[in-house]
Amino acid sequence: MSNSKNTHQNNDPGLPRPETLSGIEIPAVMTPEMVGAKAPELPGQYPFTRGIFPNGYRGRLWTIRQYSGFGTAEETNERYKFLLNQGQTGLSVALDLPTQCGYDPIDPMARPEIGKVGVSLSNLAEAEILFDGIDLSSISTSFTINGSAPMIYAMYLAVADKRGVPRDKLTGTIQNDILKEYVARGTWIFPVRPSMRLIADTILFSNEETPRFNPISIAGAHVRDAGVTAVEEMGFTLANGIAYVDELLRRGGDINKFARRLSFFFYVHMDFFEEVCKFRAGRRIWARLLKERYGVTDEKALRFRFGVVCGGSSLQAAQPYNNIVRVGIENMAAVLGGAQSIFTCAYDEAFQIPTETSAEIALRTQQVVAYESGISKTVDPLGGSYYVEWLTDRMDEEISKVIKEIDDYGGAEKAIEEGYLQRRIAERASARKKSIDSGEQVVVGENYFRHDDEKKDFGEVFRLNPEVAKRVTEKYNAIMESRDNATVKRTLARLEQAATSDNENLLPYLVDCCHAYATVGEMVGRLKRQWGEFQEPVGL
Amino acid sequence: MSLKGKRILIAKPGLDGHDVGAKIIALALRDAGAEVIYTGLRKSPEYIAQAAIDEDVDAVGLSILSGSHKELVEEIVKCLRESEADDIPLFVGGTIPSEDYAVLKQAGVRGVFSADMKVEEVLAAIDQELA
Repeated sequence: MSNSKNTHQNNDPGLPRPETLSGIEIPAVMTPEMVGAKAPELPGQYPFTRGIFPNGYRGRLWTIRQYSGFGTAEETNERYKFLLNQGQTGLSVALDLPTQCGYDPIDPMARPEIGKVGVSLSNLAEAEILFDGIDLSSISTSFTINGSAPMIYAMYLAVADKRGVPRDKLTGTIQNDILKEYVARGTWIFPVRPSMRLIADTILFSNEETPRFNPISIAGAHVRDAGVTAVEEMGFTLANGIAYVDELLRRGGDINKFARRLSFFFYVHMDFFEEVCKFRAGRRIWARLLKERYGVTDEKALRFRFGVVCGGSSLQAAQPYNNIVRVGIENMAAVLGGAQSIFTCAYDEAFQIPTETSAEIALRTQQVVAYESGISKTVDPLGGSYYVEWLTDRMDEEISKVIKEIDDYGGAEKAIEEGYLQRRIAERASARKKSIDSGEQVVVGENYFRHDDEKKDFGEVFRLNPEVAKRVTEKYNAIMESRDNATVKRTLARLEQAATSDNENLLPYLVDCCHAYATVGEMVGRLKRQWGEFQEPVGL
Repeated sequence: MSLKGKRILIAKPGLDGHDVGAKIIALALRDAGAEVIYTGLRKSPEYIAQAAIDEDVDAVGLSILSGSHKELVEEIVKCLRESEADDIPLFVGGTIPSEDYAVLKQAGVRGVFSADMKVEEVLAAIDQELA
């Protein structure tokens, strides 16, 4: 905890500055002239500024999806059943770092991290436990998984196959967005080129086999949480989207088909109107890019579908109950921006894995917004506001500039391989930290309005079972004994062979490996042998 | 400040991929005149200890947000001790629950920093320890 002696004791941050967090200057009063003459636009119609559906949330509310997972598959399965009983409508699986980075629990790199930030899921046996008693044909499941996303997706299919659930009934999302891992989240495995190929394979396979599943969620959330502005978050994300589209086209995909299943994922932080307009502008820009740059004709393929998370680094460890209010405001911005699925962070998430109480409050926040606030009763209720329309146009201009910056650099892939984006994000993160440290950006309870007797530890604390690593390792060793090792060896060899060239889609091979109880570490290991590992540009 | 000319290794042990904090501190140290060596992500305790020795650094800063700080710090201290280099001061930043501060200090860590500290406070604390 920082020493409060040299913070802003006077508790007077002055008047709020007349600009958004991205630095867009805001006029004191908006007039119709400032918006200019505009053709009337309807929701559900190109360019979708007002939403992708004509009836907004009146046909269907957003999916309430809380992120959770910790420890063993058994413990997480229990938490899922609790959340489903409480009215949650989709599952969101948090995986531990060894699983995310492709290490089995027995790997020396894995041992200190087993079950820490999510559930350990090294093979099909664990996935069977994780989804025990949960109907995969009626629930949508979202996996925050990237480097090893194709393996985890293959494992999910294997669970469904074993239970007799038809693949075309499966709904859900794998994040599967490696580009932002290289710049902000860090769970990369392979170099950029083969990673892009594997992602394209997953998307094209999923389009055929699991047509209701989202095989990618192109995410701006992590660069945002790292410190970039709302404008940059949307700009970088759409630039990554362009890189995936280009790769899918290179792999022979039909853009009118695959673009229907591209989805996106963002943070909602505290600048309310900027957040709303970020989504209105993003929806419009994506539709315009697909139509004008790629000639997409299918209306459904132009729809920009996105999920959000409210909270993240906008939440503070100081005076944590304030976070409940922040998340409530962010939740409303997400709804007014037209999100398809929303995850609200628990108020204690800034410093620990949420307790049942804090997780429940986060869920109830969404239910209050959904069923009491009334803001979802008409489509795009802010549409036509001088300010909202003006700011949407300004965000459109600024976001388009960021996309052009990446285009001019040579595209997202190049900007990431050469470390350009990484440096840009680090600089921006430093600038944001400076602005909070100096008191220029006000954070209530943190740099202003502090208590003198600040106390971080409070009430209930979630404790991870210290036996987790031991139990996970025991189960792992047991499956290594009981599985048919000859089949494992054969399926892994076939996977490795297929990876030597660009000719085949690797997904069927991965599904075979999963059925044989091959582990994530084994599958990743075989591909590493062919492709090597990403070499991080570490220049500051 | 006497950070000028000090050689400092900023390292990311384990699998945690959140490197913003590490980079913010690395950039600030560099601006304060220190020579900063950043390891990049996903380094083993052995690698970090060896790098600290090879680079002949005045201090090591570890950034850990995955909750694995106790295990990782213990390992790194052990590796340094085995090479008789445990006189190199260690600092840790990240998401460290306050009840673990004492545990880390017991293990030999000279300073533990949280994200809500000002960068200048972090630098001042390092400076004081190295003076």
